[in-house]
Amino acid sequence: MTSFSALYDSTLGKKYIMALTGAGLFGFVVVHMLGNLQLFLGPEPLNRYAVFLKSKPGLLWGARLGLLLLVFLHILTAVQLTLRNRAARPEKYDRSKPYRASYASRTLFLGGLALFAFVVYHLMHFTVGTVDPSYLKLRDAANRHDVYRMTILGFSHPGVSAFYIACMAVLCLHLSHGVGSAFQSIGFKNKQTAVWIDRVSKILGVVVFLGNSSMPLAVLAGILR
Amino acid sequence: MNVTLRVWRQKNSKTPGRFVEYQAKNIIPDMSFLEMLDVVNEDLIARGEEPIAFDSDCREGICGKCSAVVNGVPHGGHRGTTVCQLHMRHFKDGDRIVIEPWRATAFPVIKDLVVDRSAFDRIIQASGFISVSTGQAPEANSISIPRVVAERAMDAAACIGCGACVAACKNASAMLFVAAKNAHLGLLPQGQAERYRRAFTLVKAMDEAGFGSCTNTNSCEAVCPKEISVEFIARLNRDYAVALLRGSGREAASSAD
Repeated sequence: MTSFSALYDSTLGKKYIMALTGAGLFGFVVVHMLGNLQLFLGPEPLNRYAVFLKSKPGLLWGARLGLLLLVFLHILTAVQLTLRNRAARPEKYDRSKPYRASYASRTLFLGGLALFAFVVYHLMHFTVGTVDPSYLKLRDAANRHDVYRMTILGFSHPGVSAFYIACMAVLCLHLSHGVGSAFQSIGFKNKQTAVWIDRVSKILGVVVFLGNSSMPLAVLAGILR
Repeated sequence: MNVTLRVWRQKNSKTPGRFVEYQAKNIIPDMSFLEMLDVVNEDLIARGEEPIAFDSDCREGICGKCSAVVNGVPHGGHRGTTVCQLHMRHFKDGDRIVIEPWRATAFPVIKDLVVDRSAFDRIIQASGFISVSTGQAPEANSISIPRVVAERAMDAAACIGCGACVAACKNASAMLFVAAKNAHLGLLPQGQAERYRRAFTLVKAMDEAGFGSCTNTNSCEAVCPKEISVEFIARLNRDYAVALLRGSGREAASSAD
């Protein structure tokens, strides 16, 4: 068996794929959040940033296709592993006690599926404009796409904002286990580092939750208008 | 003390099993869990019923033969304890205790609480060993091994192969067992020659046996009667990655010819 086929066929190889694609997606989540937090700086920096992102179509589409590939591999591998895991333990215990295993670790797959549904909605909401096509027609004083106004309008519906915040809670849970787990899967953990990696993993999950939720919350509270 | 048992009864691997309730009467709190089952079985035999089949051998927590999930936890959930070393004093009079076999596709039930753990043997046969030339014993001090290394290898070698890690894992993954074997051989100088080929072949045998994958929930470590650390799983992940980079799969395939 060659290394390449072993990477795809073995459970450990699949875990490397999960860890590495997960790392890439996590990197995107952090950059995406930092970019969006410019919402608090006002319309000018955010709209300029939006124009900058779309200024090089080659790079934009390269990044989009790259992300799509990461998402595809992450989900495909997760489904393959989960099917295998369910087949390995078809009969449940009479009293199933999740011994030591955290809630986050047990719900990783279902949480992941929920996040995929969220990403689809999020793209329909702010990127493709299926939810409200008028969002993409908004223009600011400099005749740029008014991303600031679009975000404010999008989050001014309490139901939509609540949905976003709930999804960020799921993401927080997913990351709090996933980030640390990735280090374990590629073998970068040992007894000394494990405590810190797990701690930082939980902190990063909470930071992403707070950072992303701050935007809909600020709109609902009337801080941003 | 008296307790009510809800025990998994299964005639053989072909027939589906079911739970049957039994009363365990006049149990002495100092009895071990298996001694309590002995008492119940004597009662069953006296009544002309089939006794509950369960595995046991040394009954002092070192052989890895006993295996039962007690109230949802393999070996009953006391730190570093096999079910033979679990004592009835941990239960209260009138308790209702659920007893089940290890549940995993790779560990089919043979009868009642007895499961077939030969999947572990197949993994060991695949490469849970070191190749040495036999003959005269080498001079003991000719290979120096740092004490910390010897201790870590011993921590991994403490694995008794009971399979509680598989039983506890929601994915019935054998990673802790395989990682322990990989580390106890791979940490020592004598195990270096085959280190990466071993990691590769162990994982291959593990996957072929039908165990699930590791999702790092750490419940294996929590139930392990020898308290083997999941840090060895990270080590196996590391060794396997190096094995892939070195192309140890080809090496393993050519040496098998």
